Amino acid sequence: MSRIPVTVTVNGVAHRREVEPRLLLSDFLRHELGLTGTHVGCEHGVCGACTIRLDGAPVRSCLIFAVQADGHAIATVEGLAPTRGTLSVLQQAFQDAHGLQCGYCTPGILMTVSAFLEETPDPSEEEVRHALSGNLCRCTGYQHIVDAVLLAARRLREAR
Amino acid sequence: MKPAPFDWHTPGSIEEALALKARFGEEARFLAGGQSLVPAMNFRVAQPAVLVDLNRVVGLDAILAEADGTLSIGAMARNARVERDATAGNHPILAEALHEVAHPQIRNRGTLGGNLSHADPASEMPAVMLALDARFVLRSARGARDMPAASFFLAPLTTALEPDEMLAEIRIPALPRGAGTAFLEVARRRGDYAMMGVAAMVARDADGVCTAARLAFCSAGPTPMLAPRASAALVGTRLTEADIAAAADLARQEVEPMGSVQASPAYQRHLAGVVAARALRLAWERAA
Amino acid sequence: METRHIGRPLTRNEDPRLLTGRALFVDDVELPGMLHAAFLRSPHAHAEIRAVDTAAAKARAGVLAVITADDLGEYWKPGPLLVPPPPIAGMTFRQRCQVPLAKGVVRHLGEPIVMVVAESRYVAEDALGDIVVDYAPLPVVGDLEAAVAPASPRVHPDLPDNIAAEVVQRKGDYAAARARAAHVIRRRFLYDRGASIPMETRGIVAAWDGKADRLTVWDTTQAPVVIRNGLAAMLGLSERQVRVIAPFIGGGFGPKMMMFYPEEVLVPWIALRLERPVKWIEDRLEHFTATTHERGQIHEAEIALDAEGRVLGVRDEFLMDTGAYNPYGLTVPLNSQCTLLNCYDIAAYESRFRAVYTNRTLVTPYRGAGRQHGVFVMERLMDAAARVVGLDRIEIRRRNLIPPDRFPYRNEIIFQDFAPLTYDSGNYAPILGKALDAIGYDRFVAEEQPKARAEGRHLGLGLVMYVEGTGIGPYEGAKVRVQSSGKVTLATGIGTQGQGHFTAFAQVVAEQLGVDPRDVEVTTGDTDQFDWGVGTFASRGAVVAGAATHGAATAVRAKILKAAAEHFECAEADLVLEEGKVSIAGVPERHITLGALAQLANPLRGAVKPGTEPGLEATSYFGPEMGATAAGAHAMVIELDAETMRPTILRYVVVHDCGTVLNPLILAGQVQGGVAQGIGNAFFEQLAWTEDGQLLNASLADYLIPTALDVPRMEVLHTETPSPLNPLGTKGAGEGGAIPVGALFAQAIEDALDLPARGIEVTEIPLSPSRLWEIAHGDG
Repeated sequence: MSRIPVTVTVNGVAHRREVEPRLLLSDFLRHELGLTGTHVGCEHGVCGACTIRLDGAPVRSCLIFAVQADGHAIATVEGLAPTRGTLSVLQQAFQDAHGLQCGYCTPGILMTVSAFLEETPDPSEEEVRHALSGNLCRCTGYQHIVDAVLLAARRLREAR
Repeated sequence: MKPAPFDWHTPGSIEEALALKARFGEEARFLAGGQSLVPAMNFRVAQPAVLVDLNRVVGLDAILAEADGTLSIGAMARNARVERDATAGNHPILAEALHEVAHPQIRNRGTLGGNLSHADPASEMPAVMLALDARFVLRSARGARDMPAASFFLAPLTTALEPDEMLAEIRIPALPRGAGTAFLEVARRRGDYAMMGVAAMVARDADGVCTAARLAFCSAGPTPMLAPRASAALVGTRLTEADIAAAADLARQEVEPMGSVQASPAYQRHLAGVVAARALRLAWERAA
Repeated sequence: METRHIGRPLTRNEDPRLLTGRALFVDDVELPGMLHAAFLRSPHAHAEIRAVDTAAAKARAGVLAVITADDLGEYWKPGPLLVPPPPIAGMTFRQRCQVPLAKGVVRHLGEPIVMVVAESRYVAEDALGDIVVDYAPLPVVGDLEAAVAPASPRVHPDLPDNIAAEVVQRKGDYAAARARAAHVIRRRFLYDRGASIPMETRGIVAAWDGKADRLTVWDTTQAPVVIRNGLAAMLGLSERQVRVIAPFIGGGFGPKMMMFYPEEVLVPWIALRLERPVKWIEDRLEHFTATTHERGQIHEAEIALDAEGRVLGVRDEFLMDTGAYNPYGLTVPLNSQCTLLNCYDIAAYESRFRAVYTNRTLVTPYRGAGRQHGVFVMERLMDAAARVVGLDRIEIRRRNLIPPDRFPYRNEIIFQDFAPLTYDSGNYAPILGKALDAIGYDRFVAEEQPKARAEGRHLGLGLVMYVEGTGIGPYEGAKVRVQSSGKVTLATGIGTQGQGHFTAFAQVVAEQLGVDPRDVEVTTGDTDQFDWGVGTFASRGAVVAGAATHGAATAVRAKILKAAAEHFECAEADLVLEEGKVSIAGVPERHITLGALAQLANPLRGAVKPGTEPGLEATSYFGPEMGATAAGAHAMVIELDAETMRPTILRYVVVHDCGTVLNPLILAGQVQGGVAQGIGNAFFEQLAWTEDGQLLNASLADYLIPTALDVPRMEVLHTETPSPLNPLGTKGAGEGGAIPVGALFAQAIEDALDLPARGIEVTEIPLSPSRLWEIAHGDG
């Protein structure tokens, strides 16, 4: 099977690989690059666990082929914290508000929310719930996730 | 759930893309946003031998207002962009309906042309196109043709596209004077396909009389469908509650819902009347 | 009890790893030379397998093994009975357990027939398409009532019928109670099948290290120790040779407690044979038919009351869909049978159930594990009875609550833990009172609802009560050690799937050892760290493993004090243990750190006194004599759109009593998550089958789990009635949130639409707008 060269910048670092056209971007990130923070929950674009940011926009990495990401910039959960051993404001808010339990859906939620808060720095609870509606969580009942997002929004506003 | 192997082509121009499709015919599928095609491939329900990826084609995603008020949307315009585009904003029903299409992450990638070409009868945008009386430009290496949206949708997941053709452009005419629109649906959860949805356009003159009306439904049959009798019954009325109820009643009779895991046909038929009445009230108010 | 750490809302120790993408889940395991397995699964609910042709698959490039049942030889045998039935007089129990790969016949959709191992999962799936199976479809057993009819086709033709089990249990004399009743009310209730849908599907990685002569298995199981022991036995290895790791698990909710799934039997076996690591990750499509389900029951129930609305007795008879095999014995139906009695003082009870084999995926416990069915039946009977007797729905409940002076309260019938069902402690009236106050019951009934109705709005209130048998045995263990750094390690045998064990257990240790809970490193689910234990199920982690942790920490504390007393040559009573050091009371400058003390206890030279052990370490086990019974009430106000039948939850209140609270933040999360699953079960989630046994909604687009817009903000309140059964006084909390929600929805919807006034009742779960529209229009 023909393999196609792909160069992708992930969290600011360029990676070059040769891959089959059918390789899903989610599998590429996880198993070619070893960035296993991006999780896979359904492989049909519904659960949102695999959400990453492609050129800034949150998208499902299970619905994009790795070859399509050639030349694009990707952000994953591994790139959120400013340095190793620290947490970003958003991540810290999730710990403080107990916004995760098993943590499996969390990376996708963080990537969705990181983009949402850039566009909507002062959201209402209703807006937060709408923004989260494309990410399924089976553990938390969402309340603490909503609290975490509102807490992060407040802290980010105060820090500006 | 991994896709079967395929050959991948990534043309840079529309001519190149059309030539590839002409060469491979039904063996090939165009890959637009991939938000319906890739899940089908992951389930191995779809196993195209060739993908012609349109994501690097230049000039297929323009959103333009023409002099006569026609809104032209390139097939590869991503739904999130259409939703926010100021020009497309002249048709607020586009953003209103797109808001119901899955979730932001899907709309960031999915395209309007891909959505329409997929021709899912439960999808929102085909019904909107019918209500707006849009025309679709179909292109192939042989040339171009255009047709009304109403002629494009033939059956579930089946369109008038020939094997070598692509839906290249969506052309939405200016709304009639004094028009108001509304999109409403009832779904199980936000972002789900509608159990019943309606796109409504009504226009009123200075005296408050309805001069034009178009009601189009999704999840109402094998294709998105207009409700011509309900629409016609509104013209010449003042859309009083009684007029609206009468039209909703006609719409209930006109739809042909097939039922789904989520809704019985009888409930769907009932909902057709409910959403029709609610959308008409809203559109009429907006027309004012 | 005054505490330093127990009861604090400490944020979680495990979160930084999870939040930065550094936590290890099973699919994150990458090993050199790793191969990937995929399974050919039955597309039929019931069929004879006439032939399997794997030649083309074997010939495909990149394929290393294609395994059918025949290839397994002696290794092929039905799985073990995981939970044997308790000894109940007169019961019938017919065990048929799942097999690793189907041989001759498939009995449910998704049953594996062939395992393919290839260089990648992509190629393995390609090879599945090469396999040709000649099936002869057989009649499908799906409908429960048809399944017990004499003419029904059989799931297991060697059995006389489809009855997997039949159990009758009695308390008191129901016939006598009925004879003197002023009112007898009879109803039929349905509770349909659902699925647990953890966000992480199942998965397993097995690696044989020939040089170390050891097998390492990473498994999404809730019971790593049981898997380790079982695998060693099946594979002919010693237990020492098998290490099972349940790393971070992306949600369990019960079905990851099934043992053994076929893939758990096969992947380690093929890894040994090929001497290459093998990974299998279940995909979401497989998950819908290959991971176990729960819920399907049909009840015919009767309640007998006196003229004042006091319950004299209850009689219930139900059918329970157990699926194609029943390795989990009677756990689910016994939970239904026992939990039906709820929080009420009921002198006479007679209950018969039949568990029925069907051509559907196996049924094993899923969060609530049959308890919600019992609560649904009882609470619905109470609502019907209130109307017949002419009492307010709250008043009839209040009249029947078990009074606080009656504990321990004996229900006599046998529970799933083999012990006679006994409620250890409880105080139910304050729970009800708090719920009424918080939801604003009186104001709703007197003002809000009449006002809304006058405006044409449909507001409804629901308020129901429940109990939850939790924290059952047999036992768990824990090992606590002070390291020479002064930090503390704790290892237990249970697995963790998001319940915050890394934090709650650290708090239990810190409480005893006077250290910062951040300095307690917890390991769960690694048999190299601790290899005695049973598993995480039945809301027992915090109760049973928590008590074992407390025991081990208490023993280490004693060792610390003894060592320090010798060090300072003082009495233990004069010592203060806090902030990671031991000091002499009143002389804080005379202190020694726990790390230094640990080093003293583990000398490199000199003599250790005879009869002592090195180090500051202790292992402790805890086995409760029976389960602890938690209780609670849920209340909500909904507004129903009477045209579309879509409800909006306006207020939601939970009052929960799970004894001593270890960490209220984590507890609130458990309760909220339970409610969310309860809402899913009540109003969104239903597996849709065709008559020939096909599943119509095997995707997350069609099987609807609630989103952030479907779950409301909840007010979670507590009462605390400690359990006398364990030293911490805890009761389980994992399942309570999910248990009463079906009953709550039914009551609130009836109330919103004023259905009983039209002679209509809601007697089934799950509901949907479509179904509700039919019910409200008389198509009940």
